[in-house]
Amino acid sequence: MFSDYTQGIIIIACINMIAVLGISVLTGFTRLFSFGNAGFMSIGAYTSALLTVKMGMPFFPAILVGILFAGIVAYMLGSLTLKLKGDYFLITTLGFGEMIRVLFNYIPITGGAMGLSGIPKYTTLPIAVISLVLAVIISWTLIHSKYGRNFTAIREQEIAAESVGIDITKSKKMAFVFSAMLAGWAGALYAHNLMFLSPIMFNLPKSAELTITVVIGGLGSLTGSIFGSLVVTLLPEIFRSLANYRMFLYGVAVVLIIILRPSGLFGYREFSIRKLIAFFKKIGKKNSAPEKTKVTSGSNGGEK
Amino acid sequence: MTPVLEIKNVTKNFGGVRAIDDFSVKIEPGKVHGLIGPNGAGKTTIFNNITGILTPDKGTIIFDEKEITGKKPHEIAQKGIGRTFQNIRLFSNLSVMQNVILASSMDAEYNLIDSFLRTPRYRRKEKAINEKAMSLLESVGLEDNCHEIASKLPYGHQRKLEIARAIALNPKLILLDEPAAGMNADESAELVGFILDIKNKHAFTVLMIEHHMDVVTNLCDYVTVLNFGKTIASGTPAEVKSNEHVIEAYLGGAEGC
Repeated sequence: MFSDYTQGIIIIACINMIAVLGISVLTGFTRLFSFGNAGFMSIGAYTSALLTVKMGMPFFPAILVGILFAGIVAYMLGSLTLKLKGDYFLITTLGFGEMIRVLFNYIPITGGAMGLSGIPKYTTLPIAVISLVLAVIISWTLIHSKYGRNFTAIREQEIAAESVGIDITKSKKMAFVFSAMLAGWAGALYAHNLMFLSPIMFNLPKSAELTITVVIGGLGSLTGSIFGSLVVTLLPEIFRSLANYRMFLYGVAVVLIIILRPSGLFGYREFSIRKLIAFFKKIGKKNSAPEKTKVTSGSNGGEK
Repeated sequence: MTPVLEIKNVTKNFGGVRAIDDFSVKIEPGKVHGLIGPNGAGKTTIFNNITGILTPDKGTIIFDEKEITGKKPHEIAQKGIGRTFQNIRLFSNLSVMQNVILASSMDAEYNLIDSFLRTPRYRRKEKAINEKAMSLLESVGLEDNCHEIASKLPYGHQRKLEIARAIALNPKLILLDEPAAGMNADESAELVGFILDIKNKHAFTVLMIEHHMDVVTNLCDYVTVLNFGKTIASGTPAEVKSNEHVIEAYLGGAEGC
């Protein structure tokens, strides 16, 4: 149906979106910034890849173990650090991401900096798309439940959230573990798509890219994050012909979006077909309304 | 009658400053209890000790016959103490309705699986929460504003919404921190009527900090006056107003007049 190139891009876009959804819940809804989620991606990637390569485990259980392991590590890290306020938490996640990367460089079983090769190509287009759909449904239902409301309460006003009986440490931990599990999921798919892993793939710029994507899409909008990650994945592809200037133009595009629309492309709003139709109806009315006033003012002028 | 809230010999220091000094009080159920005193007398510090934002250095706080000293803020809220803040703290980017719904997480008795699968239990609980929020907004007269963004509301409405949000917890006791701050005489008179009205509808006890003496006189059954973290007088509003210690604390003694 699609060319290999297009298929490849769609798979990468799906994988990015899954990891970005996690950050969307964490940063967009709970207002916790993590610059270590590439670390969780690498945990999911290496765990699942080692299971399929070295132990011959089938793909699905390997993904599940990767997701669970990323979640467990996040739970432990969160228990230690989530009592810290704002920036301090961010710094610890940053340190964690780098620590995991260096760790994978030195453990012999991962192949170190030479990389881990010979990973079977299990991530097909249908698997990537189904994974994304599942991840969207899970994130959506989470956000639109009491758990998501508790996240939003923390984002809006932490002290008031506590005063209405919300356990903020528990909620923050939940958002953090959730984002790590989605990162682990994305990592597992990533490993079995690229068929090769090296710790340098999961560096700080990768973590930063996930957060930037959510900011571009709009903090507090799941659909915005999905759209944002589409933009971030496709922009470099569109600028591919400009070769050396590719990353430069990508940077310019990001800066422009932040300056022109600080709340992100979607702001706090979610995309909905119904609202879109209402919006176009409104535009239709606006366009027809000024014409009428022109006509009346013109006729008035004529009479005088 | 057993008091709803009993504070026994609570002391709180900030470095070398003794913000509350051996403070004790009993709050009777169903009453409105006022806490007044000059700026810096330690009124808000007492609120923060009750709600768990601060932990007392000495003394005990008993709510509903159970000790709550040193518990976490969300645990104390769940036990049934709602509060408002001196500088309004709403979930400002969210709608009026969402502000109240966010405070109903305790009524949402379902788990993660229910929310992922949208089970009948999830639907039933969510529907009940929405209905409760709407009826609560009706009882405070904000039903027409339910879809407006909280920060866009006029000041008086924001105060009402904050009180409504506290009521959503189904509290036995509500702490109001200067509800009439920044209001003129007419607005504070309306507020007095409003608080009495919702107090009758929802049956809770009130402990409030207030500077407007007309509000205190019309609303409070009992008043405790603080200065430098110590109780200097207590009694009915009329008794307290004629107390010479109180006049001295507020007006700085005879030479101050």
